[in-house]
Amino acid sequence: MPKIITIDRIQKQFKEQKVLTGVSLDVTRGSIYALLGANGSGKSTLLKIITGLLDADAGAVTVNQLDVKKDLRKIQRLFSFSAQNSTVDDVLTGSENLVLIAKLRHIKQPQQVANDLLAQFKLTAAANKRVADYSGGMRRRLDLAMSLVGDPEILFLDEPTTGLDPASRNDLWQAIRGLKQQGKTIFLTTQYLEEADQLADEIGFLGQGTIIASGTPAEMKHLAGPEKMTLVFTTPTEVNRAVPVLQAFRPQTLDEVTLTVVLTKSVTTSLQILSLLTKNDLQPVSFQVTAPTLDDVFLQLNKEA
Amino acid sequence: MTFISDTFTLAGRLIKHNLRSLDTIITVILMPIAMLLLMVYLFGGAIQIDGVSHAEYVNYVLPGILLMTIATGSAYTALRINLDKTSGMFDRFKTLPISKSAVLNGQAVASVIFMLTSTLIVLAVAFLIGFRSKASISEWLLALLLIVGFAIAVTWLSVPFALAASSIDGASAFSYLILLLLFVSSAFVPVTGMPKVVRIFAENQPLTHVIQAVRQLLTTQPIGNHGWIAAAWLIGITLFSYLIGTLIYRRV
Ligand SMILES: Nc1ncnc2c1ncn2[C@@H]1O[C@H](COP(=O)(O)OP(=O)(O)OP(=O)(O)O)[C@@H](O)[C@H]1O
Ligand SMILES: [Mg+2]
Repeated sequence: MPKIITIDRIQKQFKEQKVLTGVSLDVTRGSIYALLGANGSGKSTLLKIITGLLDADAGAVTVNQLDVKKDLRKIQRLFSFSAQNSTVDDVLTGSENLVLIAKLRHIKQPQQVANDLLAQFKLTAAANKRVADYSGGMRRRLDLAMSLVGDPEILFLDEPTTGLDPASRNDLWQAIRGLKQQGKTIFLTTQYLEEADQLADEIGFLGQGTIIASGTPAEMKHLAGPEKMTLVFTTPTEVNRAVPVLQAFRPQTLDEVTLTVVLTKSVTTSLQILSLLTKNDLQPVSFQVTAPTLDDVFLQLNKEA
Repeated sequence: MTFISDTFTLAGRLIKHNLRSLDTIITVILMPIAMLLLMVYLFGGAIQIDGVSHAEYVNYVLPGILLMTIATGSAYTALRINLDKTSGMFDRFKTLPISKSAVLNGQAVASVIFMLTSTLIVLAVAFLIGFRSKASISEWLLALLLIVGFAIAVTWLSVPFALAASSIDGASAFSYLILLLLFVSSAFVPVTGMPKVVRIFAENQPLTHVIQAVRQLLTTQPIGNHGWIAAAWLIGITLFSYLIGTLIYRRV
């Protein structure tokens, strides 16, 4: 898989505070990479280093085989950057914001480009309203639209959906997926595991100044362990009888009437367990299969870090 | 070529900001006009200046009022720069493939245009209330050149303050300093009546040279060394602030 961004042992400290102690990662062309990390873990700092806004103390970043330090000008034509607090101009209208960026990117027909993007992001009706009167969701959409002026190949989005309600977040996810379909490479940061799960091809956890774990969402979840089935019975006696029957599935009692077992291949093992129970005349009143969420991984990794 | 068009694109954005901010317009235009009217109609009667009749006090005080207009405008220059810094707008511009200096230059161009527009409006009001000058075209041009130079110098002077300040309040604080300097100059009363220490300061500070030069030009009197000294100050302040400003800009 061709790599479009490579980050090699980046270090950065502010005064005494070591924020990044050696971050290395690669981003595949045409994929979505999600950088996950708690508040203050250095996500924005890393993004600023990649986009040339901040100099690293050590390490190297290349974009499209070009060094960010040496060839920033060339690289700037390839990417756009949406900072953490959507940087749109409140005093201007949505349309004027887009035209401004289009002019600065030296695009032939700025107004045309602006109109197209306004339509794409469902902002046509608000095109001539001042951005100060936009809702949070509209601002984010405009911000993303501004990043798309000039059709850059790579998009850096710093927490694109923070502070949005679920519906607006879904809209934005939809838009981001659409961009990937057009072949764009997207590097985003987020604190929402669900967001990384929904969007990313690859996830990197940033903690203690480095990438403490990385992989596909599925691989990440695997880190938190296998799926489990929770069985609830009516009496403690039933639980006591069930334990030896399900010995192969590592049963654990949660309370007097509740038992959890580990699933290896979720569907077939679930059936196996249920039929074993029926054979032994045991009938759970309810059962539930739970998959580990990225939250479990996140909490665990943060605990370890 | 793109450097110039980028600068004007960015300046255009800020001109929209100024025109859409009622607060800016009121402060920058109405405040100096109010000062002018106060000086002429309220205090003017009490101020006795040798060789200047009450009717002519407006001619005496106008150069100071014009500089005051510009100084007031600089508070808004600092405000806009500081807002762009704290809101992250600079980061957005810095990641665009445009010339680094276009961003600050755009601010400066917008600022100077706005200052000169408000200065012209104040000048028009001065005409309405009796300001007259027999100055020749070349004297007018020289006076205007100094005023433009002052606008450029004060604009660039505001840049390092605006960039270094962590908040809007801090950013515009320096413009009060310029307003203060105006009172310790020959803007409203001749320096001869001031206590000795203050007088020595007032006689030699740059604002006095600018004011004296403009005043003498508009009243068709010889300007002596004031013109050269004023020009040297303005060029020096501009260059120094430009260097410091662009240096800080790279770091914010
Ligand atoms: N310019 C700076 N000067 C000093 N310290 C800084 C600077 N920028 C960031 N920091 C510090 O570096 C650490 C990482 O900040 P950063 O903004 O990169 O975190 P983040 O992961 O983006 O957090 P959040 O989720 O809150 O956005 C923080 O402790 C922050 O205080
Ligand atoms: Mg951040």
